[in-house]
Amino acid sequence: MPRETPELYPRFGARADKCEFPMALELINVSKRVGADQHIYPTDLTLEPGCLNILLGTTLSGKTTLMQMMAGLDPLTTGSLRFNGQDVTKTPVQKRNVSMVYQQFINYPNFTVFENIASPLRVARVPETDIKRRVGEMAELMKLSAMLDRRPSELSGGQQQRTAMARALVKDAELVLLDEPLANLDFKLREELRDELPRLFADRNCVVVYATTEPVEALLFAGNTATLHEGCVTQFGPTSDVYRWPQDLITAQVFSEPPMNQAEVIKSGGSLSLAGGASWTATGTAATLGDGRYTMGLRPHHVTPKEGGGQPVKVSGEVLVTELSGSESVIHFKLGGRAWVSQSHGIHPVEVGGHEELYADVAEAFYFDQTGQRITG
Amino acid sequence: MNKTENQKAWFFVLPVLLLVAFNALVPLMTVVNYSVQETFGDNTFFWAGVLWFEEVMNSERFHAALGRQLFFTFTILAIEIPLGVAIALTMPRKGIWVSVCLVLMALPLLIPWNVVGAMWNIFALPDIGLLGRTLNAIGFDYNYTRQPGDAWFTLILMDVWHWTSLVVLLSYAGLVSIPDAYYQAAKIDGAKPFAIFRYIQLPKMKRVLTIAILLRFMDSFNIYTEPSVLTGGGPGNSTTLLSIDLVKIALGQFDLGPAAAMSLIYFLIILLMSWVFYTLMMRNEAK
Repeated sequence: MPRETPELYPRFGARADKCEFPMALELINVSKRVGADQHIYPTDLTLEPGCLNILLGTTLSGKTTLMQMMAGLDPLTTGSLRFNGQDVTKTPVQKRNVSMVYQQFINYPNFTVFENIASPLRVARVPETDIKRRVGEMAELMKLSAMLDRRPSELSGGQQQRTAMARALVKDAELVLLDEPLANLDFKLREELRDELPRLFADRNCVVVYATTEPVEALLFAGNTATLHEGCVTQFGPTSDVYRWPQDLITAQVFSEPPMNQAEVIKSGGSLSLAGGASWTATGTAATLGDGRYTMGLRPHHVTPKEGGGQPVKVSGEVLVTELSGSESVIHFKLGGRAWVSQSHGIHPVEVGGHEELYADVAEAFYFDQTGQRITG
Repeated sequence: MNKTENQKAWFFVLPVLLLVAFNALVPLMTVVNYSVQETFGDNTFFWAGVLWFEEVMNSERFHAALGRQLFFTFTILAIEIPLGVAIALTMPRKGIWVSVCLVLMALPLLIPWNVVGAMWNIFALPDIGLLGRTLNAIGFDYNYTRQPGDAWFTLILMDVWHWTSLVVLLSYAGLVSIPDAYYQAAKIDGAKPFAIFRYIQLPKMKRVLTIAILLRFMDSFNIYTEPSVLTGGGPGNSTTLLSIDLVKIALGQFDLGPAAAMSLIYFLIILLMSWVFYTLMMRNEAK
């Protein structure tokens, strides 16, 4: 399938054409090395305003380091940063009009909420009447109007984080960096803020970067996603493209929760077979594969207890764990020495330790060669 | 709610109760006992009411000792707290030097109190001590055994040397617990170092500083060993702090009644002042 279908996934708010210079943050051959450790491998990225730019990766994959380099908090080992076409590699952070929100709730502890939100404006010497107006508007937007006189320690976690976000947004920064801002919140609040976030940035002319460990968040916010793995940006593009057509096994793994199922398959003639035994007729991309060994990747929701999908193939294995998550059943089972996960709607009673038959919809499978590259056919 | 009544739980409290009774309540009650009685020897006691309390409260000697005690405590607090915070701010947060600094800082705290007194006693001697000799050699007429001013100088210097480390260690613990993100956020805002100290570090250190001030207040108000070894309260009565005076009355003159009354007053002063300190410093917290 061709990857070049941007018209299908329009990036909302095409403001670039209004500006004389298209606004963008460009990372050119940027890398970070500390001693013998390569924290970030040379990376090229162009981040644009109008939609969220998501950095998706596990803890320690380099999201925070990359963001700090974008902000100018952490010097680059190689490469350069350009903002709106201007080189800002050496510009100190306070001159860059950047704002950042952290995983911890960072506010001035002995300032009231009002003073906290006003603090960047005070540094910028904005007139008092403007400060009142802008803080008032921001508090309205963040639902903090009733708490302006309180101190951060008297607020709930969600309110503290909203205060921190209000502080980041009030100064009309050109680059807003959000480093897992929802990670320390409890579930309900996280859901709430998740819904609010895209709305907050919808009519702002700034480049927004959002780091997260959760594939669900990336899918929810749409925009563009860069997947990070051990300091490497493995793929960058519109979120749904990256999700649907991962370039390699690592990207597919980073962008899958629960983890993507993998199996060794052998192509021979017109059919494919699992090391475990099942075999099926190769169709679509699979039909174009040459004879040999490949790694097949299949997302958990394409493995179901009931027959369905484009090309169901019966597989069976010992059930290791079963979980119910809302109206979904998650079944962990063993297939050809690997742990597989099935995720399906409805409640399917299966016995742990028993032998269970499930259906893998191989029409949705990805095939990767021995180096982990996806074969696009 | 249905709670099961279980009287056996009291047995768990019993050991602590006994321990506290023997090491705190019983000795305290003995003191209370002495403070309201008069004795003429022979182990016979007569009820004296509040006589001793009145005597102590009206005694010039007690007022003078209390004055000296307050001067000492507030002077060392005024020096040790800012100095301790300043040293903690200059200490490294990461790397191999952290442990070196911490060990060096902890050293004075590990030395037994009477050894500290003895050390400074010799160190400051004008004829053979390193400090005393040096001061005299560069032109100061320094002799802590004869001149009250010099005795005070030595006493305060010794306490600062001995106890600033405690403030440093507590402040340092407060400082390292501030997440890096705060400093980054301040950097993004373009905050100057003083603003970082005033609006981030100081508020974040508030709790440990409260503890540091309370500990240093109580310890310095109780101080006995070091000044008694260093100057013994002299020259004259010039460095006779409350505790030294108390020991002189109780063991030197064997006036048990006044000494007991003075002990209780002394104890109540510390209790009251600690409470006032704590309430003042925690006032904003509760609001």
